[in-house]
Amino acid sequence: MSDDTTRTIKVEALARVEGEGAMHVEIRDGALVGVELQIYEPPRFFEAFLRGRRHTEPPDITARICGICPVAYQMSACEAIEDACGVVVDGPLRALRRLLYCGEWIESHTLHVYMLHAPDFLGYHGAIEMAADHRERVEQGLALKKVGNQIVEVLGGRAIHPLNVRVGGFYRVPTRRELQPVLDGLLRVREIAEGTVRWVGAFDMPDLTYDHELVALSRPDEYAVVGGNVVSSSGLDIPVSAFLDEFAEEHVARSNALHAYRSDGTRYLVGPMARFALGYDRLSESARAAAVEVGVGPDDRNPFRSIVVRAVEVLHAVDEAIGLIEAYEPPDQPAVPVEPRAGVGHGVSEAPRGLLYHRYTLDDEGFITDAVIVPPTSQNQPSIEADLFRLVEQNLDLDDDALRHVCEQSIRNHDPCISCATHFLDLTVDRG
Amino acid sequence: MTAPGAKPRLAVWKFSSCDGCQLTLLDREDELLAVADAVDIGYFLEATSAQVEGPYDVSLVEGSITTPHDVERIQEVRAASKVLITIGACATAGGIQGLRNFADVDEFVSVVYASPSFIDTLATSTAIADHVPVDLELRGCPIDGRQLLEVVGALLAGRKPVVSGQSVCVECKAAGNVCVLVAHGTPCLGPVTHAGCGALCPSYHRGCYGCFGPSESSMPESLAPALAAVGMDESDQGRFLRTFNAWAEPFRSASTVRLPDPHRRQP
Ligand code: SF4
Ligand code: SF4
Repeated sequence: MSDDTTRTIKVEALARVEGEGAMHVEIRDGALVGVELQIYEPPRFFEAFLRGRRHTEPPDITARICGICPVAYQMSACEAIEDACGVVVDGPLRALRRLLYCGEWIESHTLHVYMLHAPDFLGYHGAIEMAADHRERVEQGLALKKVGNQIVEVLGGRAIHPLNVRVGGFYRVPTRRELQPVLDGLLRVREIAEGTVRWVGAFDMPDLTYDHELVALSRPDEYAVVGGNVVSSSGLDIPVSAFLDEFAEEHVARSNALHAYRSDGTRYLVGPMARFALGYDRLSESARAAAVEVGVGPDDRNPFRSIVVRAVEVLHAVDEAIGLIEAYEPPDQPAVPVEPRAGVGHGVSEAPRGLLYHRYTLDDEGFITDAVIVPPTSQNQPSIEADLFRLVEQNLDLDDDALRHVCEQSIRNHDPCISCATHFLDLTVDRG
Repeated sequence: MTAPGAKPRLAVWKFSSCDGCQLTLLDREDELLAVADAVDIGYFLEATSAQVEGPYDVSLVEGSITTPHDVERIQEVRAASKVLITIGACATAGGIQGLRNFADVDEFVSVVYASPSFIDTLATSTAIADHVPVDLELRGCPIDGRQLLEVVGALLAGRKPVVSGQSVCVECKAAGNVCVLVAHGTPCLGPVTHAGCGALCPSYHRGCYGCFGPSESSMPESLAPALAAVGMDESDQGRFLRTFNAWAEPFRSASTVRLPDPHRRQP
């Protein structure tokens, strides 16, 4: 705070999100004029240096965009390149991809629920401080997260930047025996996953409703993660290849991240709330029952409830992973051959934070001539700002510290991943 | 620095990176709370919004230096830290974003952004040790969690951490793997790559792709004939060396000999 006419609060980078950024709130004569998110994670230029690499390289390279959801980058990249080369990966190999993705959902969502987000609702700086009063709870969260990591480790070779993923499938597929301890682990933590839904379902939440258009991948036969159409709450239903016709990225001065909009300029939301609303009837039975028990339904539009939805998705992923391992028969080949050819390929998958789109253009030898990557955080940024605007508007009478806390919490609702440099928070409130 | 009986103060800093190396600490589920009990976490934004002023006994630094602001900030981190450890390929070698060092960064900006004038970035992505003295470097993209615990544990106990500078080959033999290069003709950088991962890729029937960077006596030239024999031409070899540790010697010069002009084939 400075003098009578201008009040500026400088806040350090936002904690408990991935990456770095800042937030600026402008208030004039007691009225809110603008809210801006400034993403200052330095750009890392992935789309530029992918050009000239071979068609086999994007899964390893794009994994490094984000250490929290590398599997998502690998899966969207594989899907896009296989599309360009006219190959469809199906059967047991696709089942293994889903299993790997279940591991990432469990690990990433549990990290967010227990370590990054729950402390907001319970009034702690982080999970480690929370552990002083709720040790057993935090230990349970860590046990659940560990099983997610274990899936990715066994199948991917390691939990961060898996090395066993390739275009066409895997380098080596696991034996049933290797998956047994993973199955045992999943069966052990299933109860924790159910308990998590009840635990976060009982948190005190502000009563707010937002009307973002929701966008997610959808398949008739399953809660979509890999493969399917892109659908929205306003009735959009398009093949993945039409994504860039309906959604466009824009570069705004205040941020190193690109902002995405619908092609008519309106904002939209991807992520757990969108998936949950659009895929509710394809959740596992127990995940749906748990949602009903704590009173979240497909019409829920309160972003603070996203923590509950994440917990429901973890339970779904645990159920699905159990089913996939129980039904697993190792495929004859760890990968299908993917011969390069000239063309354009599109790939979408559901990262824990939401829909992740890749497009590659290949020349006839399989060298990449152009790459486009649209990560979930850039798509959600306009909606996050819209949430903040409403929230600040309703809380103008709060002092700066309290206001900052509400804003940070609201941003964490969306679990933004700013490592996508595309990445994140300094808060300044200008009350001049 | 630390008062008798007080816990050592730990800080974790992030520069240009994917957050994966610091996540490695949060991924030590079985040891995390014990580590948190043993130290006083002074700064670790990915885990806590609580912040304690320096000085810090141990700073872990993730990420590379890519903006003018980074250049200033790393000096402050160094000044506030008794022991500074860099974690991962970004911090020790400039990371995957170091690929810009071989190219024209303005052109990169124009490929990714519609309004290049909004972007404030350096033409290079460089290692922390290029800017300030570093006490210990941990390799890997990402680092290995057990190795991180060994280092943090050793520092807490006041002993020297045990970190091998040998090659992945040594770990691969110890793991009892069949050599993927010799037996399957799979290109592998294991002979010239720093140990630390436990030879993960060969255990998954894949050749090492160098994510731990060059080993202490790494000689990529001596590996070239073997890579050529399994069908890698000069430019493939160049790209093979030019990924997460592209800017680390000798990967940097060995790749540059093979890809004299831009690291990529001209479209
Ligand atoms: S070294 Fe690799 S894992 Fe570590 S921060 Fe950099 S990109 Fe991420
Ligand atoms: S074998 Fe090589 S590429 Fe694979 S994890 Fe180890 S150091 Fe990294």
